[in-house]
Amino acid sequence: MSSTYENVVEVRNLCKYFPIRAGLFGRVVGQVHAVENVTFSIRRGTTMGLVGESGCGKTTVGKTLLNLTPKTSGEVVFNGNTHLDQLKGKELRSFRPKIQLIFQDPYSSLSPRLPVGEIIGEAVREHHLVPDNEFDAYVSRIMKSCGLHDYQKDRYPHEFSGGQRQRICIARAIALNPDFIVCDEPVSALDVSIQAQIINLLEDLQKEFNLTYLFISHDLSVVQHISDTVGVMYLGNMVEFAGKKEIFANPLHPYTQALFSAIPVPDPTVKMNRIILEGSIPSPANPPSGCKFHTRCRECRDVCSQKAPRTLDMGNGHTVACHIYDPESGYGAR
Amino acid sequence: MSKKSNETSYISARESRRISRENQKITRRLDKRLSRKHVPEGEYLTQMRDTGNVVEFDNLHTYFFTDVGTVKAVDGVTFEVPVGKTVGIVGESGCGKSVTSLSLMQLVQRPNGQIVEGAIRLNLGDKAYDVAKMPIEAMQKVRGNVVSMIFQEPMTSLNPVFRIGYQLDEVIALHNPHMSKEAVKARSIESIRMVGIADAEGIYERYPHELSGGMRQRIVIAMALACNPRLIIADEPTTALDVTIQAQILELLRNLKSEINASIMLITHDLGVIAEMADYVVVMYAGRVVEKGLAKEVFLDPRHPYTIGLMESKPVINKTVERLYSIPGAVPNPVNMPDYCYFRDRCEKCVARCQGKYPPEVHVSDTHIVSCWRYFEEGGAK
Repeated sequence: MSSTYENVVEVRNLCKYFPIRAGLFGRVVGQVHAVENVTFSIRRGTTMGLVGESGCGKTTVGKTLLNLTPKTSGEVVFNGNTHLDQLKGKELRSFRPKIQLIFQDPYSSLSPRLPVGEIIGEAVREHHLVPDNEFDAYVSRIMKSCGLHDYQKDRYPHEFSGGQRQRICIARAIALNPDFIVCDEPVSALDVSIQAQIINLLEDLQKEFNLTYLFISHDLSVVQHISDTVGVMYLGNMVEFAGKKEIFANPLHPYTQALFSAIPVPDPTVKMNRIILEGSIPSPANPPSGCKFHTRCRECRDVCSQKAPRTLDMGNGHTVACHIYDPESGYGAR
Repeated sequence: MSKKSNETSYISARESRRISRENQKITRRLDKRLSRKHVPEGEYLTQMRDTGNVVEFDNLHTYFFTDVGTVKAVDGVTFEVPVGKTVGIVGESGCGKSVTSLSLMQLVQRPNGQIVEGAIRLNLGDKAYDVAKMPIEAMQKVRGNVVSMIFQEPMTSLNPVFRIGYQLDEVIALHNPHMSKEAVKARSIESIRMVGIADAEGIYERYPHELSGGMRQRIVIAMALACNPRLIIADEPTTALDVTIQAQILELLRNLKSEINASIMLITHDLGVIAEMADYVVVMYAGRVVEKGLAKEVFLDPRHPYTIGLMESKPVINKTVERLYSIPGAVPNPVNMPDYCYFRDRCEKCVARCQGKYPPEVHVSDTHIVSCWRYFEEGGAK
C-alpha cells in the first residue's frame, strides 16, 4: 500500500439509496436518495469540511466512505488503488486501522464496561500494532498526546466529562495510526469552551501525525476554522465544492449564500443582510424534480424545475451545480 | 479532573444516608409551604423595585438537595428583565441558566430542587407577586398565562398522542374558563397563523410527528403566545434546529415580540444568537452572574475573564485565527464550591486579591456590572 499518493481518498459519483419497504413481505415501494452523484477528493494532510442541513446526507457520505453501509454505485478509492468494497478477509482487516471514525455523541460511543486504557488499546492489541511488552507505554503515550493523564487509564467512561470523553474517542481513533479520520460532528455535543479544546487537539494531532480529516458538521464557523476545502450538500447532492477561502469569500450557489448568511455573528453592531429560506428541506424519498433546491430558491426560473443542473467547474477547484452559471442551461441572463 | 478532586468527592454510604435524611427534613418543610391551599394573596404580594421591569430576580438561590451534597445550581443571581426588551442569558451547560428560568416558572424538579432564598418579583401590571413565595395553587394561574416558556426540543415538549389543536385549546381553555369552545378554537387557529403557518386549519388537525422540526417549534411558540404573556422564556429555542431554520425562528420571535409587546428571556449558549436578539446580556458561570449589561457593552467591551475567554474560544465566520483560545480546566464540582472566585482556578488574569473571598459587583457603567476583583479598586473608572 503506497502511502505517498497525493489524494488519500477519491470519491466519484457516489450514490447511496435506502429502500423503503412496506407491507407484509417487505416489498420495496420506493427509495430514499440519501446520497446522489457526490464527487470529491481529499489531499493528504488536509481537512475537508462537509456542511448542510440535517437529513442532507452528510453522515451517510461518511459511513459509505468507510463501507459501513455498502454503497449503491460509484467509486471510493483510498490511496489511489484501494477499493474498500473489493477487499476481503485479511486484506480488509489490515486496511481497517488506516481509516477511523469519531462520532458525535461521546456518551453513547464508549462502552461503559471497559476501562479507558482498554477502550483505547483494544484495537491496538487486536491488530498487533505494537509488541506486547510495549503495549502499556504505547497507550500511555497516545493518551498523553490527547491530553489525558496516565493515571486515568483504569477509570471508566462515566467518570469523565463530555470533553474528556471526546478526547478518549479521539485517542481510540489515533491509537491505530490511521491515515484518514471521518469526524462526524465531533464537537456539536460539547460546550463552547470545550469545543475550542477539542478543535485545537484535532489540529495538533493533524500536524503531528499528518492526518487527513473529513469533518462533518452543521456549524459553519467551526468548519471555516478547521477546513481546507468545503463541500456543501443539499438533499443528497453536493451543490458546491471549493477551497475554504474561495467558498466563504465568493459563494456561488444560492443555497450556499443563504446558508452562510444565516450564521449568527456575535457582534451586536453587525446587521446581517440575511437571506431567509422559506420552508424546510423536502423529503429525500420524494425529492423535487429538476434542481432539488428549486422549491426554496429565490432565483428559481422555469428551467430549474425541469432539469437537474450539471456540476460546473468554475476554475480554481471551485465546482457548483446550478443553472445560473451554465450558459447552455437555458436559464437566461441573470 | 485532578486526582485530588476525585478523592474529596468520595463519600461513604453512611455519610450519604445522613445527608439524605437531613435533605428530607429540609425539602419536606419547603414542600409543605408550597402545597398549602387557599393562601391569602397578601402573603406573596410584593412591590416591584422598578415598575418598568417585568421580572426582577433578587439574590435568588435555588439548591438541589442530592444524596452526595447540596448542589447550589443558582447561587445568588440578581438581574431584571425590562418591559418589551430581550434579555439574553449565556453560559455553559450546568451554569444554572435553565434553573434560573425554571425557578421563575416554579418548575424546578421538586422535592430535591427548591428555592431556598431570595425573591423573584413578577409584574402583573396592577400588582406584583413574589414567585419564590407563591404556593403551587396560585402559580398554576400564572404559568402559561403571564409567563410562558419555549423549550429546546420541540418534539419532547409536544404530546405525540394528541392533535396540535387539542394541545393549543387546552392552554387557552384552562386560562380562560369562560370562553366557548368555538371561541377557543378560533383563538388557537389565530395563534397558529401568527407564527407564520399558512394552512392553520389543516395544522390544527395534525399530530406533532407529521410536522418538521421547524414547524413543531413554531407550534410550541404559538402555544407560548396563546394567552398573550407578558414574558416569554425561550430556553435554547433554536439549538436543535438547522441554521436556516434557526434564522426563520429568530426572525419570527423578533417580529412577534414587537407585535404583542412582550419581553423575552432568551437562554442560549450561542453568542451569535444573543448578539442578534438581545438588548441586555447576562453571563452566568457556576450558578452566579459574572457579568451583565447592555448587549453592546458586553460584546464590545467584555470585562470578566470568563466572558472574554468565551468570546475568544468561539470561531467566528470571516475572522480567521491561527489557533482558538481555550479556557483551561473545567467547571468546578458543584457540590463543593470554593469560597473564593469560582473562576480563579481557570483564570489567567488573576490578581493578588483573587485569593480572597468571592468578588463583589463592580459597576463599569450604569448598566454594565462585572464581578471581578480586577476592576474593584478603580471602581469602574478604567
